[in-house]
Amino acid sequence: MNITKLNRRLEKHFGGAVSAQLDEDRILLSGHLATWAEVIEACSMAATKYSRIHVVNDIRCDEVGEQPMRCPSLRDSALEGQHPDVLIIGGGISGASIARELSKWNLDILLVEKEADLALQASGRNDGEVHPGIDLSTGSLKHHYIRRGNEHMETVCRELGVPFHRVGQYVCFEKASLKPMIAMYCRIRKNRDGISDTELISGEELSRREPNLHFAFAISNPSSGCVCPYGLTIAYAENAVQNGARVSLNTAVLGMELKDGNIYSVTTNRGTLYPALVINAAGVFAEDIAAMADDRFFSIHPRRGTNSILDKKAGAYMHAIASIKEVTRNTMHSKGGGILHTVDDNLLVGPDAVETWEKENTETHRESIDTVFRKQTRTMQKLSRGDIITYFTGVRAPTFEEDFIIEMGRKTGNILHCAGIQSPGLTTAPVVALDIEKMAVEYLSRSRQVTPNEQYDPIRPAPPVLREMSDEERAAFIRQNPDYGVIVCRCEEISRGEILDALRSPICVPTVDGVKKRVRPGMGRCQGGFCSPLVTQMIAEFLGVPPEEVRKSSEEAVITYGKTK
Amino acid sequence: MRSVDVLIIGGGPAGLAAAIAARKNGAEVLLLEREARLGGILKQCIHDGFGLVRYGEKLSGPEYAGRFIDEFHALQIEALTLTFVTRIEKKQEGFLITAVNREGLEQIHTKALILATGCRERTAKQVSIHGTRPAGVFTAGTAQHFTNLLGLLPTKKCVILGSGDIGLIMARRLTLEGAEVLGVYEAKPTPSGLTRNLHQCLHDFNIPLHLSHTVTRVFGQDRLSAVEIMQVDEGMNPIPGTAQRVECDALILSVGLIPENELAEGLGVVIDPKTKGPLCDAGLMTSVPGVFSCGNALHVNDLVDYVSQSGETAGQNAALYDPHREQTLIPVTAGEGLLYAVPQRLDLQSDNSAVTLYFRSRQNLGRCRLVITADGRELFTRNYPFLRPPEMERLTLDLSDRGLTAETEIKLEIEVMPDV
Repeated sequence: MNITKLNRRLEKHFGGAVSAQLDEDRILLSGHLATWAEVIEACSMAATKYSRIHVVNDIRCDEVGEQPMRCPSLRDSALEGQHPDVLIIGGGISGASIARELSKWNLDILLVEKEADLALQASGRNDGEVHPGIDLSTGSLKHHYIRRGNEHMETVCRELGVPFHRVGQYVCFEKASLKPMIAMYCRIRKNRDGISDTELISGEELSRREPNLHFAFAISNPSSGCVCPYGLTIAYAENAVQNGARVSLNTAVLGMELKDGNIYSVTTNRGTLYPALVINAAGVFAEDIAAMADDRFFSIHPRRGTNSILDKKAGAYMHAIASIKEVTRNTMHSKGGGILHTVDDNLLVGPDAVETWEKENTETHRESIDTVFRKQTRTMQKLSRGDIITYFTGVRAPTFEEDFIIEMGRKTGNILHCAGIQSPGLTTAPVVALDIEKMAVEYLSRSRQVTPNEQYDPIRPAPPVLREMSDEERAAFIRQNPDYGVIVCRCEEISRGEILDALRSPICVPTVDGVKKRVRPGMGRCQGGFCSPLVTQMIAEFLGVPPEEVRKSSEEAVITYGKTK
Repeated sequence: MRSVDVLIIGGGPAGLAAAIAARKNGAEVLLLEREARLGGILKQCIHDGFGLVRYGEKLSGPEYAGRFIDEFHALQIEALTLTFVTRIEKKQEGFLITAVNREGLEQIHTKALILATGCRERTAKQVSIHGTRPAGVFTAGTAQHFTNLLGLLPTKKCVILGSGDIGLIMARRLTLEGAEVLGVYEAKPTPSGLTRNLHQCLHDFNIPLHLSHTVTRVFGQDRLSAVEIMQVDEGMNPIPGTAQRVECDALILSVGLIPENELAEGLGVVIDPKTKGPLCDAGLMTSVPGVFSCGNALHVNDLVDYVSQSGETAGQNAALYDPHREQTLIPVTAGEGLLYAVPQRLDLQSDNSAVTLYFRSRQNLGRCRLVITADGRELFTRNYPFLRPPEMERLTLDLSDRGLTAETEIKLEIEVMPDV
């Protein structure tokens, strides 16, 4: 990037309001702009896709309000004075998978997560697609990891007892005239970029496989699939805990003290720690953590997306992943997401992509649903808003270079960044974690002996799912434990026994949402209308507290205000 | 494997009445209920007003259910509680039901099946409410469960969306418990609940009712802290510029009930898009011979008295069900002025000397006339001083010997009459 040229362009566009400066190996943008859209425009102008020289955004913006990180109200000294070998910041898919891979070694591993549960931000708020890598170019870290990640997902899900369905993906085209151009695109992806199984199929073949999809032709990517993203995150973390790692929820990193180019201490709401190595897997806050560590060489620009969840009845309309693709001036647009049949047989529709300065605002908006349905009813006419049971928003954490950052600190010695993780970050997480494991062990081996954990067991004993069993198997489980025969959630057919399993799991989150995330009561079409009082009561009994002390999620998420008159 | 004549799924008012009627007609009956106790939603309806039509008394929900439960036990009918149906298979003769409970899995064969599965409440996201996902968003039934069954107060200061009966009942109930109900908001230009509830639950407690207003957003990260209210146009679309923020700790929703027919759909029962319940004949048999429907699973009723009545109809006909009898079905259709009419067809081979018809008007009407025709030929008319969609109308007619043939189409229509 020629900085003089860039400054000339910025000058032309923003009339001197913004300027760039090449500072060590980062492009520092500063100045003052009115809108966040302009900030994004300026930073994008300065960024080179997939470059290792990152744009750092220091532009002041009138639109950006106060946004202190949401922190748990809890204050104690449970972690005070601890010296973990590895401190992992962030309990999303990255942090959890890293914790599990590192638990192969005799290390004191502590994962801290500021929320009341794992996977509460981006990792729990995406569509769970395991991508084929068709849209990624060589030279990016995303591309470097995607194929191996896609393949490795099967092994990992088997070990962790998490369902993974390789349902296949269809990129659908309306105009037959595009076929030669798309055929060439597929050949390049296949031969140059290693997407060996991608192929073009006719409209007839598409309709034969998916009777509700009607197009001229489609790209078929059979390696595509889906997992439950928060289910996988929780399973990773549980396996890590089984192998000796520790997870501390409701724990926010508030500051760091540096000494001689290294992080000396990390302050949290639960005490000050002295870690040998810090792993930054903090999602939208990865830049803030880097700044605390005096190692800020990239910026995150949050981008939100909203998905709708459709009733399982609509799940019968389509069994794969599909989206209409529009081509204008030889550019393909993917805004407006797709339709995905989940491992739980719902349909997910979305997500859209909206730039936002708010890192933690997961509110939904009517316009998002409008945008996505406008487009996706063209993918499948049968799609109906009447089938929506709920919707959710997640905030992606991309850098301006739109690539991952997986490297040791540039200025600070004992930090390892796993940042800029967005789609296809779920697909790549299993193999990224293996690389981070290597880097961490190599770093720690310089100062200490790191020995293998002989007790390491990659297998997580998955709790039984009664509704998926044969009658004989189900009867046998009920004989052993009659609670498996009492259905509490009628929509999802979840038994009392399964809810108690969730409460007795390695990372117990005794809240209505915690139970919901683990075994699904309340995920169905009545959205907990019938079962939430019952689940509340069960949690109270389990904890031995009055039911008014049970929470939906965080400590402040009060469900009831005590006894009636 | 055990075998019965009539198996009933659901032990609420419809299922109880069906079981009693089937037993009285000589059938061997078994009732399956997924909850621990019989009575269905009546268990949590501790207010009065139940049984006015049937008994001429104002009973509470548990009292009303109690009368049926007593009779049910007196007739020595068997019920399996905490028992959940996981599968229904259609067999050469009858149906094979698989159910799960603490004992394990049980398979039961039945000649006739009655689905008395009730209904569920529409949720916040189904009425396009956006914003955050805090604690404090309850359907009225869930709030009622917390308040009346668990004795826990779900709110101190709330807004109620929807003027359906449960919403109105909860407005009063929560007020009596010391909570502040800031107002009931209704997107439609007319109230959805019974007139008596508007008086007894809102007016008597000075709770304001805001028509043509809806809740569009909720605020609050952990517990709900406020809602956004907007005025809506005739198409129920929010009008820009009318948003106001109301601080409260809960949003209670009474925005409609949806008949629960997932089991019926699994059996291939045809569902009427208007009622969201099965298409039935006058004996309340669905499109799948041997499968009957009643209560709120058939269509959402306004009074429990009618729920019981439809249960009795289904129970009696299920007991007398003969799989070898031929059917001659003719359509009964609801005209433009009606939301729906039940039954949606008539079987000319059965006794039609006392056919009970249920209907609701599409909108509030003044003086009007219901006209029932057979291929344009007038069969019956009745004048009404007014009709309101929240109030279900019921009439019983003798349709035997009325010259109906296999090609006949029966139609219900409403004619608006000029004011006098």
